[in-house]
Amino acid sequence: MNNSLKKNPMPTQDPKNRAHNFDEVALGYTEDAAKSEAERCLNCKNKPCKAGCPVGIDIPSFIREVACGDYEAAYKIIQKSSSLAAVCGRVCPQETQCECKCVRGIKGEPVGIGRLERFVADYHNAHKAPTTEKIKTNGHAVAVVGSGPASLACAGELALRGYAVTVYEALHIAGGVLVYGIPEFRLPKAIVASEIENLKERGVKFVTNTVVGRTLLIDELLGKFDAVFIGSGAGLPNFMRVKGEENNGVYSANEYLTRINLMKAYRDGADTPIKHAKSVVVVGGGNVAMDAARCALRLGADKVTVVYRRSEAELPARKEEVEHAKEEGVDFKFLTAPVEVLGDDNKNVIGLRCNQMTLGEPDASGRRRPVPIDGGEFTVDADAVIVAIGTSPNPLIKNTTPGIETQEWGGIVVDETLMTSREGVYAGGDAVTGAATVILAMGAGKSAAESIDEYIKRRYAAGGEIRDKR
Amino acid sequence: MYKILEKESLNPTVSKIVVHCPAVAQKAEPGQFIILRVDDEGERIPLTIADFDRVKGTVTVIYQIVGATTHKLDRLCAGEFIRDFVGPLGRPSELEGLKKVAVVGGGVGCAIALPTAKKLHALGAEVHSIIGFRNKDLVILEKDFRAVSNVFKLMTDDGSAGSKGLVTAALEDLVKSGNVYDEVIAIGPLVMMKFVCKLTEKYGIKTVVSMNPIMIDGTGMCGGCRLTVGGEMKFACVDGPDFDGHKVDFDEAIQRGRIYAEFEKRAYEKECNLIKGAR
Repeated sequence: MNNSLKKNPMPTQDPKNRAHNFDEVALGYTEDAAKSEAERCLNCKNKPCKAGCPVGIDIPSFIREVACGDYEAAYKIIQKSSSLAAVCGRVCPQETQCECKCVRGIKGEPVGIGRLERFVADYHNAHKAPTTEKIKTNGHAVAVVGSGPASLACAGELALRGYAVTVYEALHIAGGVLVYGIPEFRLPKAIVASEIENLKERGVKFVTNTVVGRTLLIDELLGKFDAVFIGSGAGLPNFMRVKGEENNGVYSANEYLTRINLMKAYRDGADTPIKHAKSVVVVGGGNVAMDAARCALRLGADKVTVVYRRSEAELPARKEEVEHAKEEGVDFKFLTAPVEVLGDDNKNVIGLRCNQMTLGEPDASGRRRPVPIDGGEFTVDADAVIVAIGTSPNPLIKNTTPGIETQEWGGIVVDETLMTSREGVYAGGDAVTGAATVILAMGAGKSAAESIDEYIKRRYAAGGEIRDKR
Repeated sequence: MYKILEKESLNPTVSKIVVHCPAVAQKAEPGQFIILRVDDEGERIPLTIADFDRVKGTVTVIYQIVGATTHKLDRLCAGEFIRDFVGPLGRPSELEGLKKVAVVGGGVGCAIALPTAKKLHALGAEVHSIIGFRNKDLVILEKDFRAVSNVFKLMTDDGSAGSKGLVTAALEDLVKSGNVYDEVIAIGPLVMMKFVCKLTEKYGIKTVVSMNPIMIDGTGMCGGCRLTVGGEMKFACVDGPDFDGHKVDFDEAIQRGRIYAEFEKRAYEKECNLIKGAR
C-alpha cells in the first residue's frame, strides 16, 4: 500500500523546450512509478471509479494487475471495455470521470487512473506479440461510417462479437479527429496508428478516400450490410460571423489543426502550406483552442493570446491543458469577446478588435451570460486569428439519406438504442450530440455496437437473410 | 493507390490524365470535383472532373501546371500511381430543364466547362459555346466543344486563333444579335467569371459560375474554401462549387486565393530546381 496523498508525478518535457517541438509533452510512467501508483488504489468493492467511466472499464481490477506487474493481464481487462486504451489514457478528462469518483480523492489526490491506463496500453503496444487468437466470425457484416473515436469503439466491439466490420473514412488516413484534430504533442499519431492496427488484427477492414453521402450512399450500404453505424462526428466549423473574417490569416481551428496534424505542414518536407504567424490570437476556450494556441507557439509565434468571452472559471478546456498552455507561454484574456477582424490594404490580418465583457444573469446553459462593457473596446495585434468556437455536424449524410431525421441544429435523431429514424441505421458520438469528448463518443459507439448486435440477432432469429455477401 | 491509365499533354502547361477509380466514376456528374494527393508528403488539391466512364471505371482530370503539386503530378506517366484520389465532391451542376444555354470557358476552365456542355447537348438543349485563351498555343478541347455546340466561338487575346478579343465580347455579340439564354454558365479564371457576370447582370441573364478556392478536405470540415455569396458565408466544397454568379463576391475570392502565393512560388521554384538537378 502506498499512502502518499499525491499522485506519482507525470514526467513531462521542459516547457521551454517543448513549446518549440511537436514531440509528446507527457512522457509516461516508468514501471516503478506505475507499480507504486497502482499501490495507492484501495481496490474498493463497490468500484465508484468504474461507474464514472463512460465505457465502464473495470478499473480496480486492471490496477491490481499493474501492482502485481502483470501488465498484459491489465491490458486484457481494459480491452474488454475499451478498444483505444492508449488514446483514452492520454486525452480523457479523467478529472471529471473515473478519478473524480476515487475514494483516495476525498483526502488528497485520486489514483492516477489515466496515467496507469496509458502505461498499460503503451507497455502492451511495445511488447505485444502478433495475435494468434482467431475470433469466431458470425457471418454478419456491419458498415461503419467515419473512423473517429465513436466509429473505432463501435467497430472494435462488433469485431469482438464476430462481425465482419468495414470502416469507411473520407480522408486519406483513418482516425478522424484523433488524426486531424488532436496534435502530435498530445497524442502521437503513431499511437493512433497502432490502435488502428490492433483493430485490423481483429479483422476490421478500413477503406479510406470514401465519402459516405458522395462516393457511397447509406442506402447502398444497407444493400450490402446487415446494419450501418454513422459516426461521422461534428466536423463543420462555426465562424464568429463578425466583420473582417474573410481576411487572409483567419483560420478555423479545424483548418489550422488539419494543416498541421493531418498534412504535417509543420515539417519541412511537407507540401501543404501554413502561415507561420508571429502574433496569433485564438478565439475560444475549449480543448481545441488550447491545441491551436500551443501549435501556434510551436510554429514559431512570439506571442499567442487566447481570448475567451467568459471568465477563467468557465473555461471548458481541461485544467491540465490550460496549465500546459500557460507553462509554455500562452497568454489569456478572459471576459473578452471578438468584435471585428482588422485587415490591411491587402486584406492580411493585422489585429482583432475586442470588447471587454462582464458576467450578467445566467443563460440557458446555467452559466452567467457575458455582456459587453460600454466603452470597453480594445485591439489585440495579430497576424493570424484562429477561430475555435465549436463545430456542428456535417449535413452531407442528412442531405443524401432519405428519411433520416435530424435536429434543427443538425444532430442525428436516435432512439434509446441509438437507432436513427431509418431501420438498421445507428448513430453515435458528435454526429448525435454535437461536439463533445473522445470518451463520450467511444461510449456511444460501444453502446451502438451492443444494440446492433441485438438488432441483427433478433432479425436473424426471425428468418432474415445473412447480408455478408463478400 | 490509383493508376494513371492514360496521359496526354494538351498544351505546354495543361495535361490530361485518365485515372482508374471505379468508385468515383460510378457517381461522378458534371460540375463535381475530386481531391488528390500525389504522394505521402503531398498536399490535397481539388481538381474538377473533366470526364468519366462508368463502364471502364475511369475519371479524367485536366490540370494546369501552376504550382509545385501540379508540377509533381505532371512528372507521373501512364502506368504510374497517384497516392490518393477521392470524390466525387460538391454538388452536381443543375442542368435539367434548360433549353438554351451559353457555356463560357476560359483557359483550363474549359476542361470543366466541357462535361457541362456535353450533358446539356445530351439533354437536348441548344448549346452556344464560347471558349477563350491567351493565344493559339494554349487552345484546348476545340474539337470536343464543336461536337456538342450549336454555335461555337473561339477567342484569343492576340487573335492568333479564332477571333481576337475576350469571351465577354463574343457573349455580348450573341446576346445583342437576339439570342435569349435561359442561363449562362461561366467557368474559368476568377477575373473572367467576374466580368462575364457584370455583363450578364446588365442583360438580366441568370449566370452560374464554378468556384475553385483553396481547400483541404473537400467535405465541409476546414472552412478554408469559404466565400461570400449574397452576403452569406458559403463553403464551395459542400454548398457549391456552382453558385449564382451575380451574388458571388469575386474580389474577396481573388484576395483569398492569394494567401499562399509566396509559399507557392517558393515551393514551385524548389520543385523545378529539384527536377533540373535530377536531369
